[in-house]
Amino acid sequence: MNRDMSYAAVMGRKNEIMKKAIGIDFDAFESGGISFDYERMMREAGYSLEEIQNIQSSTGVGNTPILELKNLTALARKCAPKGKGARIFIKDEACNPSGSFKARRAATAVYHAKKLGYKGVIAATSGNYGAAVASQAAMAGLKCIVVQECYDSRMIGQPEILEKQRACEAYGAEVVQLTVGPELFYSFLCLLEETGYFNASLYTPFGIAGVETLGYELIMQFREKIGRDPDKVVITHAGGGNVTGTARGLIKAGAENVEVVGASVDLSGLHMASDNDFNRKSFTTGHTGFGIPFATWPDRSDVPRNAARPLRYLDRYLTVKQGEVFYITEALSVLEGLERGPAGNTSLTAAFALAQEMDEDQIIVVQETEYTGAGKHPMPQISFAKQNGIEILFGDPDTEIPGQNIVFPNHPSKIKLRDFDLTKAKTSYIRNAINNYGKNVISNQDLEFLAKDTKSNVDFVLSVLTDIGVKVE
Amino acid sequence: MDIIKKGDWIQIHQVILKPEERAAHLPEDTKKVPLELWVKGFALEDGKIGDEIEIKTVTGRKVKGKAIKLNPRYVHDFGDYVPELTKIDMQLKEILFGGDCDE
Repeated sequence: MNRDMSYAAVMGRKNEIMKKAIGIDFDAFESGGISFDYERMMREAGYSLEEIQNIQSSTGVGNTPILELKNLTALARKCAPKGKGARIFIKDEACNPSGSFKARRAATAVYHAKKLGYKGVIAATSGNYGAAVASQAAMAGLKCIVVQECYDSRMIGQPEILEKQRACEAYGAEVVQLTVGPELFYSFLCLLEETGYFNASLYTPFGIAGVETLGYELIMQFREKIGRDPDKVVITHAGGGNVTGTARGLIKAGAENVEVVGASVDLSGLHMASDNDFNRKSFTTGHTGFGIPFATWPDRSDVPRNAARPLRYLDRYLTVKQGEVFYITEALSVLEGLERGPAGNTSLTAAFALAQEMDEDQIIVVQETEYTGAGKHPMPQISFAKQNGIEILFGDPDTEIPGQNIVFPNHPSKIKLRDFDLTKAKTSYIRNAINNYGKNVISNQDLEFLAKDTKSNVDFVLSVLTDIGVKVE
Repeated sequence: MDIIKKGDWIQIHQVILKPEERAAHLPEDTKKVPLELWVKGFALEDGKIGDEIEIKTVTGRKVKGKAIKLNPRYVHDFGDYVPELTKIDMQLKEILFGGDCDE
């Protein structure tokens, strides 16, 4: 059998390949318009919280400790107005088998693949998720391929991604490495077709449901240890799964009043598909280059309907600078004795600033940490940045220009709150939905869906629709 | 040193898409370069670095490409020492334990 393996032919078989590789009939949840039945998809194509707790505990995933960062809290209070400076806690997700919260997503994906009888799993990721899938596949006795965007055209690899390659190989996976470009998806489809393995996508209902235990666990731990729910949970935001899963877990624990805050590293100005820009950034995830496109159009992912829908859950979205995250990574290490991150400390950096506008008796939680090591550490990242001509300075982080310099704050009080306008993100999402479906008139069902998917209301959606000349039937 | 024997662990390289075969809407710099792939496995035949050699990967896939490295080492490390980070560490400890935050 000789299939046409050209780019156009393989992309043309996308739906057929995906259907075989994921075992979900997404059509069952479609309305025929913009809307789809998200909650029914999560219920029927995913797993219940209890099932996931069982799956995860059988593989040593979850139940990570909550730690109070007393010294970092004290530092924030030194920088805050009198009486301000909430208690900062962290959920030490680095304690998961593969060293990050991604083990939660991978546990459910690999369990599902094994249950359906797949011989192996494939994941397209340059991040912690690859190591997580490889680790879970090792436990399940499944084969595993991880496809990474790793090198620029000079075959120079981002240190963090090189470390992920090593970790995946350590867990027995095959790592396929590519140069920069969105055609990674083409190679991914070729591999799915060739092997018949399961697509361990980050964005399936069970992948996202895997993170719900994080939010749920966190609340239960607070109620048990502190006697009350935290006031705010800060979540590093990239593809949207961390925000979505955690927030759903909070809701399942009955903690609807906890504010859900997303945080991303500001990489504005760098093009994510640019060969030149690729090695000019010091963060390979948790940044605005994923965070904004995935918030404003989640269905760009490798599944027909993305279960990660961050705008449904975000109350606030903050951006931080690369230099600030490195600074806080150092603080976590020398003031708290915890060597973690750096990428996982994006939300911690935002929490450090956010704590300073909260009262001292309030509580803010950072819901993840990640492992650190060669390649994945401030030292190799900064020295790699220097090799790539990035200037390293001390000063005001607001003067940082991604791809040109990294500005360490010259004082911790320079770490600031920067709100990304969620109304703007919601407006873009609605416009993208209309453009992608090419609609001039939408149904009432679509209208209500758009309101829910943006955590807004019908009036807000109508105002955006009016601006772009779209009517409701 | 460049000799590869059947059964050796090697890394191979392939050009997946030539610049003209790449997707539309790429940034100008990416458009000019091919999409390349690297993968490792056991050589299924004798040869030398630079030859087209077929390998068997750890999942059992057979892939053919130009052999570029024998027993490829991991090249990432902790990088050069970054004294700026130590300055941060000292400042943090000074502020918290040995001085005042507002200078």
